[in-house]
Amino acid sequence: MSELQERVAKRWKVPKGHIYVLEEFCKGCGFCVEFCPKKVLAQASHFNDKGYHPPEVVDPEACVLCGFCERICPDFAIWVEEEGKSDAG
Amino acid sequence: MPVRAARAAPEFVPRVRHPLERWLRTDRLPHIWCSGCGLGTALSAFLYALDELGWDPDTVAVVSGIGCAGRVAGYLRLDTYHTTHGRAIPFATGLKLAKPDLHVIVFSGDGDLFAIGGNHFIHAARRNMDIAVICVNNFNYGMTGGQLGPTTPVGARTTTSPFGNFEHPFNLVHLAASAGATYVARCTTLDGRRLQKALVEALSHKGFTFVEILAPCPTNYGRRNRLGEGLDELRYYREHMVIKHGADPKEADIAPGKPFLVGKFVDIQKPTYLELYQAKAREIGGEG
Repeated sequence: MSELQERVAKRWKVPKGHIYVLEEFCKGCGFCVEFCPKKVLAQASHFNDKGYHPPEVVDPEACVLCGFCERICPDFAIWVEEEGKSDAG
Repeated sequence: MPVRAARAAPEFVPRVRHPLERWLRTDRLPHIWCSGCGLGTALSAFLYALDELGWDPDTVAVVSGIGCAGRVAGYLRLDTYHTTHGRAIPFATGLKLAKPDLHVIVFSGDGDLFAIGGNHFIHAARRNMDIAVICVNNFNYGMTGGQLGPTTPVGARTTTSPFGNFEHPFNLVHLAASAGATYVARCTTLDGRRLQKALVEALSHKGFTFVEILAPCPTNYGRRNRLGEGLDELRYYREHMVIKHGADPKEADIAPGKPFLVGKFVDIQKPTYLELYQAKAREIGGEG
């Protein structure tokens, strides 16, 4: 019997992101909430100044930094940043 | 007289940078487009494409026409020009011929480019003028109140076709391909990175390039056709779009309730107007 080859499992680091929401710009279209593949966002119950419901983060651990919310947002109101890229915290 | 330095645009939020902030006149935002409109998404995809290409902002000029999409010129921190109705392509043609090193991009809507500006479009494509044309298609004249446009599908209701449209609409990708465009693609605002890739290819391609971006118009087109909010229109795109690269543009018709094709239809190389002009000038002994 041949010797079993030692298996190596490749270790991947899943990127983690910080999500910024600029509520003042949001027009409540709900695109980011609907199309987030990880269901990180939900429509908040409060209103912004314009009377729309901005998104809020309900599952921050699930975000994998795909950036789709940032791309689909028509109002430049949401964006993601990789952990450790900014000192703003 | 010393050249006055451009006024720095204020940041959205102190210390935190939006990735597209350097391309935008942030003091003019938030923009005027309705909640659920696809124009903002199309604009941000365009800016991500510019970001990816890494061009110097001083070498990029954006020309827009009239309509909701024409407002793009006012929001960009680039050299932009907001032309009269339908005349974005003639202005861009002059700009490109006067300054051939400039990357000239026309960003406008379907009504502006294909109704009043239709003739300019086909002739710029025929001559293979080296400009990129980005057309945001929302199937109606959004800014003026949702009238019937040249792209309104058969059966769709607008303010000027309350009993349903009976005219044959333009198939924009087929029109562009048959008029001689060297790169033709269609995407929706739901496409994200696919849309960005199409825009990068179109902007960096030599010759006349055309990208059609299908965008929801919940306030006018969507409301009169009972399509719901912008979100419902994006869901409709998700269910009905068929991604097929290299398809025959003739098959890319759009009809309500039927699947429609998206993807890259044409990607060819041919000499541009300026190259042919210079070759002819050299041939007859001019300076070129």
